[in-house]
Amino acid sequence: PHAGPVESKNEAAMSELVPEPRQKPVVPMKPMGINANLLGYIGIDTIIEQMRKKTMKTGFDFNIMVVGQSGLGKSTLVNTLFKSQVSRKSSGWNREEKIPKTVEIKAIGHVIEEGGVKMKLTVIDTPGFGDQINNENCWEPIEKYINEQYEKFLKEEVNIARKKRIPDTRVHCCLYFISPTGHSLRPLDLEFMKHLSKVVNIIPVIAKADTMTLEEKIEFKQRVRKELEVNGIEFYPQKEFDEDLEDKTENDKIRQESMPFAVVGSDKEYQVNGKRVLGRKTPWGIIEVENLTHCEFALLRDFVIRTHLQDLKEVTHNIHYETYRAKRLNDNGGLPPMTAETEENHESNL
Amino acid sequence: QQPAQFTNPETPGYVGFANLPNQVHRKSVKKGFEFTLMVVGESGLGKSTLINSLFLTDLYPERIIPGAAEKIERTVQIEASTVEIEERGVKLRLTVVDTPGYGDAINCRDCFKTIISYIDEQFERYLHDESGLNRRHIIDNRVHCCFYFISPFGHGLKPLDVEFMKAIHNKVNIVPVIAKADTLSLKERERLKKRILDEIEEHGIKIYHLPDAESDEDEDFKEQTRLLKASIPFCVVGSNQLIEAKGKKVRGRLYPWGVVEVENPEHNDFLKLRTMLITHMQDLQEVTQDLHYENFRSERLKRGSRKIEDEEVNKDQILLEKEAEVR
Repeated sequence: PHAGPVESKNEAAMSELVPEPRQKPVVPMKPMGINANLLGYIGIDTIIEQMRKKTMKTGFDFNIMVVGQSGLGKSTLVNTLFKSQVSRKSSGWNREEKIPKTVEIKAIGHVIEEGGVKMKLTVIDTPGFGDQINNENCWEPIEKYINEQYEKFLKEEVNIARKKRIPDTRVHCCLYFISPTGHSLRPLDLEFMKHLSKVVNIIPVIAKADTMTLEEKIEFKQRVRKELEVNGIEFYPQKEFDEDLEDKTENDKIRQESMPFAVVGSDKEYQVNGKRVLGRKTPWGIIEVENLTHCEFALLRDFVIRTHLQDLKEVTHNIHYETYRAKRLNDNGGLPPMTAETEENHESNL
Repeated sequence: QQPAQFTNPETPGYVGFANLPNQVHRKSVKKGFEFTLMVVGESGLGKSTLINSLFLTDLYPERIIPGAAEKIERTVQIEASTVEIEERGVKLRLTVVDTPGYGDAINCRDCFKTIISYIDEQFERYLHDESGLNRRHIIDNRVHCCFYFISPFGHGLKPLDVEFMKAIHNKVNIVPVIAKADTLSLKERERLKKRILDEIEEHGIKIYHLPDAESDEDEDFKEQTRLLKASIPFCVVGSNQLIEAKGKKVRGRLYPWGVVEVENPEHNDFLKLRTMLITHMQDLQEVTQDLHYENFRSERLKRGSRKIEDEEVNKDQILLEKEAEVR
């Protein structure tokens, strides 16, 4: 929030609007420029600190979905991203398990904490996707799950007695794993992303990128970007939601150069040059996961967690959820969907 | 192989047929060998690169790789390329049968029909030629060996892999191969190999088994055969690019973290695969002839006799109908 110039005649009105009473400055208000602290100080900027403290206390939800054929390293990557055992891999999942005959949706929740901030992380895995002989419409269970979470949220929102904090199970981010064939996308990749980019934020990643040399990687990424563009697939960060020039410049660079991120995941540590690093050991060298000359894992991590986490949630809430809500209301003749409570009251009103 | 030393023809009682192997050898060298290798697997598993690496050639000079949108409409194609390779006077006429489109579609239900038809067609043609009048120049286009590529990115066999191999294991010698093996650490490789072998056994899939070394072979050969048998399925890396490593030029792949050498047995099983193919080319042809072809032939002849009867019945039927029409 920027502190703009304040007219003295508005000062009294403003203090009425401020919810928490604050000591009035001793010096009477004069029109202020940017250097507010020279003439008097309101303290609007402390709101940031207040929000931060509140977030720390309440913590926040983040729901990330991983989609891709079995064996592309989804579970390992998620564990690497959050430096914890948070994926299916950690909770009784056996590598020897058979591929399920249909797509299953498995959501696993964990609370992780860093620097006093608590995150309730839910990893939604989709085993069975793309593994069958006939994969027609295998994205349907996934689309259904995503819409179900929007529906759940909507029902809570239209309740008469609403919860203080509606539990947010909506999918904020969907990592789509592309097989590193080095050729092009597969038909299934196109179909999935075409359908789902309209309901959820999709971040395409190239899995097991240690299978490609530098040239192969650059060529493959270019080809994939072109294919996505030609087929009208808008992955996150979507161009139409860039808020200002600053966003656009930053996101353009990511969209046109970095994405899709070619990643390598690992939850094992090795000693390299006296440091312990996450990596993969091969007879011809150690692949360091967080080394930018080896792979782009660090870029993905910074993007999803350190810079765009909040934006992912906002786009989900303000765009995808609102789209769903509008459609539901339209289908319902402009009325909100019924919950058990509203149904009762509706009848009594009649 | 050294020509067998035969004893002096002047020795009494000497007949001279010990020279036969040399004659066969000479004739083979003159005639050359024919071998048809089929290559099956999803796009992007490293098939073409591996074939080019195995035979030190470029079998696909004008290759265009289609994008995903084009692949949606495509069905499985059969593309055969033939190349003549000569080494030390021995000629090999190698036909590589490629199957682009396999495993790419969203619905792969009909993936294998085209491939099975192709294999049966070659058997049919050979049967026809064999039963014909002029048998001097029968061309053998039967598929002697099928390299089936399993993805190194998965946890084992996929449903498609199992179904396909079960559908062709009685028609062709299957050699399962895992390419792009540089994506796996040594431990991961062992685990994957074991998993695949377990699943092959579990589903009753019959892959090509290397014959045990004969008792009269030398120890080295016996040991080599043992090693080969223990390494199946082979985990290989293909490349025809020359990289500078440790002061010499090797075929390999250059990564920021090191160089993967194609011909280094500690890096991958490429040399083993090549050895297996070359030393067992003859056996692969024999098994195709004696087992798969004979199976096809007996089935075909059993069916064929019934089919011919049906055809004759139909002819009579048609004649009767025509007569009725005329009347």
